[in-house]
Amino acid sequence: MNGVHDLGGMDGLGPIDYEADEPVFHAEWERRVFALTLAMGFYGAWNLDMSRHARERTPAAEYLSSSYYEIWLSGLERLLDEGGLLTRAEIDARAAVLRAEGS
Amino acid sequence: MGKHRHTEPPSDLVLRVKALESLLVEKGLVDAAALDVLIDTYENKVGPRNGAKVVARAWADPAYKARLLADATTAIAEFGFVGRQGEDMLVVENTPGVHNLTVCTLCSCYPWPVLGLPPVWYKAAPYRSRAVRDPRGVLREFGLDLPEDVEIRVWDSTAELRYLVLPERPAGTEGFSEDELAELVTRDSMIGVAKATLPGIGVAKATAPGGSGEAST
Repeated sequence: MNGVHDLGGMDGLGPIDYEADEPVFHAEWERRVFALTLAMGFYGAWNLDMSRHARERTPAAEYLSSSYYEIWLSGLERLLDEGGLLTRAEIDARAAVLRAEGS
Repeated sequence: MGKHRHTEPPSDLVLRVKALESLLVEKGLVDAAALDVLIDTYENKVGPRNGAKVVARAWADPAYKARLLADATTAIAEFGFVGRQGEDMLVVENTPGVHNLTVCTLCSCYPWPVLGLPPVWYKAAPYRSRAVRDPRGVLREFGLDLPEDVEIRVWDSTAELRYLVLPERPAGTEGFSEDELAELVTRDSMIGVAKATLPGIGVAKATAPGGSGEAST
């Protein structure tokens, strides 16, 4: 699929931002998104190509302004929603509950 | 993580991920214990030290190197380094006249069993966009200024085939054991943005690119 993810050869995206002694993850939520994505892959409702395609369907402006694991989260939510496993409304509602509980 | 924000309310993103995890666990779609195993595996067990062992053996053992270049997947599996995102591997060898560089322009394909998870810069737009168009400039940004007569080959990874660069064995390492050799093999040298570290000096280790950044076109 043609899209903003197809970055090869594009100009104007700035210098490479190298981090010395970079950690594998930069925040706990990144660990969770990584593991949830792999675990749902094992569940077997979709394959790796479908998972990539879901990330590639992140709207272009959002794709370029999101961090890597934000794009993974967006793709996972899309697959869960489209697969009828979990709607975004359910996630919104649970997040609101967690916020109210102050967790 | 997040220790600097300890007293602040959790961000929308953090809450959203917590909400997602709690719902998936409740629905029985994921096993909470399995999540911790996955994180521990890729944060602490799998990483570029694996690839360094492969490279060191290839340097030390010509028969192994021949097997590695002929059928990388099988030769790497001799160490038990198998699994996700390493199902099909190709090892490309640097020589005095050829330097190899790997990238994934479309996303983040990377040989997990030998290098672990990729660094942020490998997954980010600047490297992905420019590695295929101006590899010489990209390498200079990493502090590696190759002579013009060195051919640069760029390998764009796919979900099906992942690459590992076999860097050149540094001079002055005759008689080194495999463990000693492995110490010289950095992650960056196996991606192809650096050379292996020189023994006792370490000057070939990748340095952070400076802010100048913009490669000439």
